[in-house]
Amino acid sequence: MAARIAVPANARRGDNIEIRVAIQHPMETGYRTDDNGTAIPKNVINKLACRYNGVEVFRAEMGSGISANPYLSFFIVAGSSGELRFDWVDDSGVAGSERAAILVAG
Amino acid sequence: MSLRRLSLGLFAALVAGTAVAQTAVRPAPLKSGIEFTGAEVRALQNDEFANPAMLWVLRGTALWTQPAGKDNRSCASCHGDATTGMKSVATHYPQIDKSSGSLINLEGRIQQCRERRQNASPLKYESEELLGLTAFVRMQSRGMPLAISIDGPARAYFERGRDFYYKRVGQMNLACAHCHQDNWGKKLGPEIISQGHGNPYPGYRLEWQTMGSLHRRFRSCLSGVRAEMLPQGAPEYLDLELYLAWRSGNLPVETPGVRR
Repeated sequence: MAARIAVPANARRGDNIEIRVAIQHPMETGYRTDDNGTAIPKNVINKLACRYNGVEVFRAEMGSGISANPYLSFFIVAGSSGELRFDWVDDSGVAGSERAAILVAG
Repeated sequence: MSLRRLSLGLFAALVAGTAVAQTAVRPAPLKSGIEFTGAEVRALQNDEFANPAMLWVLRGTALWTQPAGKDNRSCASCHGDATTGMKSVATHYPQIDKSSGSLINLEGRIQQCRERRQNASPLKYESEELLGLTAFVRMQSRGMPLAISIDGPARAYFERGRDFYYKRVGQMNLACAHCHQDNWGKKLGPEIISQGHGNPYPGYRLEWQTMGSLHRRFRSCLSGVRAEMLPQGAPEYLDLELYLAWRSGNLPVETPGVRR
């Protein structure tokens, strides 16, 4: 699972900063069949969480209504320098994670 | 002249009429498909981060430096940094391959490199790897117009491609030209018919919910007119790719593009 994370490298304490996440995933709805008519089981990234220095600051629970290769964007308040960690898991149990460093001034 | 001779003559004229080669023409003014997609898709393509095709480019970027095959060589071992070494390279494809004398596209060249220089197994035409590598290489020519040759040995391929473009096919009995040359800008169901340029490919289609090659796009069109779909990489598709490259004139490469 390829993923891209965009976190501003520098921020000032108290700033609202935008975090962007894009993950390559088919987000199989469970409503489709293959060429032989066999149902393709549902397989979507059902949970994605973002932790900021160990504290969860954002969580998304997704279902079959989310398009393939989901793209999420959200805002957090810059507190202190450290690390943002992203973890997600799909219905088949395949998990992925990414991390990004952030430098907060002030 | 008897009636019989006259009708024979008419018949001969009709047959001759259909056999006359179509003249290759470009639509005027030339418009990239992105102008027909609507503001949201345009925004998606232009946003370097949100553009979903960039996930495949990311894959291609990694593959560029990853050693493969028996010789344990990567693309970068020979070509170096792609941002300089591959700049504008894709604008010259499809081209005549010097070693075989036949037409080859960018996908074909990557496959040839894998086989001859890396001693690696070929990639499947529509595989994530080949899509990623092709998109990564072609992206180094983003914004540049294609500069292909249709002279010399390429002429015959070009003419075959042009004939394919104007040939009626399938149950709907339509040629490429009926939609993309004669009726672009008009509605087909809810969609506006584009001029059918290949400049965004490999690209992300929202309909597919994934990345696809230009040849996959050809298959989609042929399926739409209920004609026989040829496998990706078929010689007919290479001819058509060359014709379309010529037909796109000075339109810039948009890979990795986004389309509806």
